[in-house]
Amino acid sequence: MLEKTGVPSPELVKSVTPSEERLNKGAVAVIECYQEIPCNPCTTVCPRNAIKPMKDINERPTIDFEACNGCGLCVAACPGLAISVVNTVYNEDQALVKLPWEFLPVPKKGDTVKTLDRAGKEVGTGKVVAVQDSKVFDRTKVVHIVVPKEHAMIVRSLDRRSINE
Amino acid sequence: MIETQVAIVGGGPAGLMAAITAADLGAEVVLIEQNDTLGGQLVKQTHMFFGSEKQYAGTRGIDIGYMLIDKVKSHEKIKVLLDSTAMGYYPDGVLGINQLEKFIKIKPKKLIVATGASEKTIAFPNNDLPGVYGAGAVQTLMNVSGVRPGNKVLMVGAGNIGLIVSYQLLQAGIDVEAIVEASPKIGGYLVHASKVRRMGVPILTSHTIVEALGETEVTGAIIAQLDENWKVIEGTEKEIEVDTICLAVGLSPLTELINQADGKLKYIRELSGYVPIHNEDLKTTIEDIYVAGDIAGVEEASSAMVEGKLAGAKAVSDLLINQEKAEEIVFEAHQELKELRSGPVGDIIRRGIQKLKEVE
Repeated sequence: MLEKTGVPSPELVKSVTPSEERLNKGAVAVIECYQEIPCNPCTTVCPRNAIKPMKDINERPTIDFEACNGCGLCVAACPGLAISVVNTVYNEDQALVKLPWEFLPVPKKGDTVKTLDRAGKEVGTGKVVAVQDSKVFDRTKVVHIVVPKEHAMIVRSLDRRSINE
Repeated sequence: MIETQVAIVGGGPAGLMAAITAADLGAEVVLIEQNDTLGGQLVKQTHMFFGSEKQYAGTRGIDIGYMLIDKVKSHEKIKVLLDSTAMGYYPDGVLGINQLEKFIKIKPKKLIVATGASEKTIAFPNNDLPGVYGAGAVQTLMNVSGVRPGNKVLMVGAGNIGLIVSYQLLQAGIDVEAIVEASPKIGGYLVHASKVRRMGVPILTSHTIVEALGETEVTGAIIAQLDENWKVIEGTEKEIEVDTICLAVGLSPLTELINQADGKLKYIRELSGYVPIHNEDLKTTIEDIYVAGDIAGVEEASSAMVEGKLAGAKAVSDLLINQEKAEEIVFEAHQELKELRSGPVGDIIRRGIQKLKEVE
């Protein structure tokens, strides 16, 4: 499915999803790098060494979910923009998702925007609670968006037309 | 006549790295570039590069480009000739250059040809209408000249170029209606595919463009599904409304200079067409001439940069300048290339190189 449409199958997504137990402990990175390509910046950027060094640069990344605290540095560093951070226990019934964003307009804190899934289909709405930007992010913004808990592993993009200039 | 130790034709990723490497090792270098600026395709690449730190992974192509250009421009051992087209290499070892209608002769001891590749096209009715572009032209318009190529685009080809240019079009605020790909599978990196797909762009594999529509300019396109023999399945034709059709259907190595100089070429499909026969140190069948980058087989910019480093170091080593250090760099470059090509996405290039070895 992924090779035909660009959308990973639910099974593939499940294969990289942290355990229920880990998700219940708070923010954690989800690395959706399903293909062996020669690439390793995620392994060098992680300050907690949660993303393991690769023996062969073509390996897919492996992450120690226990060592990851969901800081989001890898979200901006991944050249494939394949990493997100989810916090399914943000509050009682909402989750926080951190997504890479390289489009204009850039959403602002407080904005309500339409959320999209991995196929670009509308999921619902989310509230932007922060937009991370720094020199080391090299112009890739990391948008923190609060969504209903059941959308945490579904929302992976934003509708750029729903963002106010 | 300009005499130099190393001349390099082409100021893209391979040529820039070859120049920096050779000059750092102590050789006098002349770098010849056809356009009025250096950088080749690097300066159009707004995405972060893959690979490892050794190939500047995580840095955007455009920033790698300007960093290399700055190094070249400030290097006292490198002389740059812009607006200069290499016209021919003659048996007496002289390279003829046309610089804005002025003829310049260069006699290098070693020549590195890093001319890159040109875009392929495909045949379909009305493919000569204004609004049908190559992906490279779209990138030049958007990313170099700041000109909007259109408003609604059909992308043909889901290799890395088709996927990356689609993403760049979206970033420029232009709609991409669909990406069609004749092959049953996406050819580019799947992370690039997922990036455009989650912005709502459908990627239609086993689909092709049947014809462009319009009288004086593109107003639409007909696309259709292909069967397992790559034939259009009747009844699947669909009209889509677009004003731009962007072709990203592959590249061919630019081998004219090597061919003119009587270097041997070989058709190797895995390397994207005719390539100069060369050994693993990138030496061609012509004494003193090396190749680097897409001319040696179409691949990624990361490997083009490493090949540039390899050819630059090998040329200097063969000149017996700083040989020990030069051979160290040659060794490192071989290791880097091996790493970059060792995974499944490097399979095609490995098979191409194997075929090349069988010729030798």
